Amino acid sequence: MSIFDYFRTKKTGNTAAAAKERLQIIVAHERGQRKQPDYMPRMQEEILDVIRKYVKVDQKDVSVQLDDSNNCSVLELNITLPD
Amino acid sequence: MAKIIVVTSGKGGVGKTTTSAAIGTGLAMQGHRTIIIDFDVGLRNLDLIMGCERRVVYDFVNVINGEATLSQATIKDKRTDNLYILAASQTRDKDALTQEGVQKVLDELSEDYDFIICDSPAGIEKGAQMALYFADEAIVVTNPEVSSVRDSDRILGILQSKSQRAEQGKEPIKEHLLITRYNPSRVNDGEMLSVSDVEDILAIALLGVIPESEAVLKASNQGAPVILDGQTNAGQAYSDAVDRLLGNEVAHRFLSVQKKGFFKRLLGATA
Repeated sequence: MSIFDYFRTKKTGNTAAAAKERLQIIVAHERGQRKQPDYMPRMQEEILDVIRKYVKVDQKDVSVQLDDSNNCSVLELNITLPD
Repeated sequence: MAKIIVVTSGKGGVGKTTTSAAIGTGLAMQGHRTIIIDFDVGLRNLDLIMGCERRVVYDFVNVINGEATLSQATIKDKRTDNLYILAASQTRDKDALTQEGVQKVLDELSEDYDFIICDSPAGIEKGAQMALYFADEAIVVTNPEVSSVRDSDRILGILQSKSQRAEQGKEPIKEHLLITRYNPSRVNDGEMLSVSDVEDILAIALLGVIPESEAVLKASNQGAPVILDGQTNAGQAYSDAVDRLLGNEVAHRFLSVQKKGFFKRLLGATA
């Protein structure tokens, strides 16, 4: 910083806050995926294929989630059916 | 039995080798027999940072392949007592490091040394996994910047799942966060993630904060670890980190903007 900088107006917002928010979201998302077994993406694909045989659904309308709590694993399948 | 500490980060260029050199030197300065091993096969650089590049005859891979003994390959540091270096191989063979080979070398070193510092290559490939596999503790080097923080979190995941301690269900690797290239003035201006921001996201214990400093480049130019220059902020911050690593409680320094004198401010000189 030199004497000339004092005459310049500072107009940058708080970009660090944006960085923190983005990081918190992506890190939480990636940590969730880390706990998934390796076969999950393929299994999700195959389940989707079976459903597609009967109903017209999109990739984004199906969510597959595996929750591990204590000694109980729950495989949750959520499909939004078209109207 | 030596304590094995991996210096890792995921992302490249954040200061792993600088940190390995500084922390290893600091431990040796406190009287602990220490060896720093360069795991970056193909991209040897620790020797340059330590200033012993012209004394490398045999390397890590030579020892694993039985082409040299450990005592032939370890380089005794000329400046600091109790300090030794094992250089990485310049081979382009990616599979030069085998798990059995690395284990054999570490087992042998364990009998002779108090600390083994493993300087990890960047990335999450085999070399990086090999560097962390046998670790007891990990120093995760992170810059206050989005890609570095994200990559550090990836590395934490690997430490927790792919290390020997994880696979054998032993006590997990002790993780330490070391923030480097920290610029308090930019943090004040809202342009850089703060120490507490990074701590919030990664949620591991803070080992130290190394301020952005011209001394680091000067030190690497000369091949002398920055910790040897006790006059500099970065050198002092590394000394504090070594003390904390050894279990001492030391207050963090250089976290806030240091006031410059009137003339320095007027002339725009940087500290």
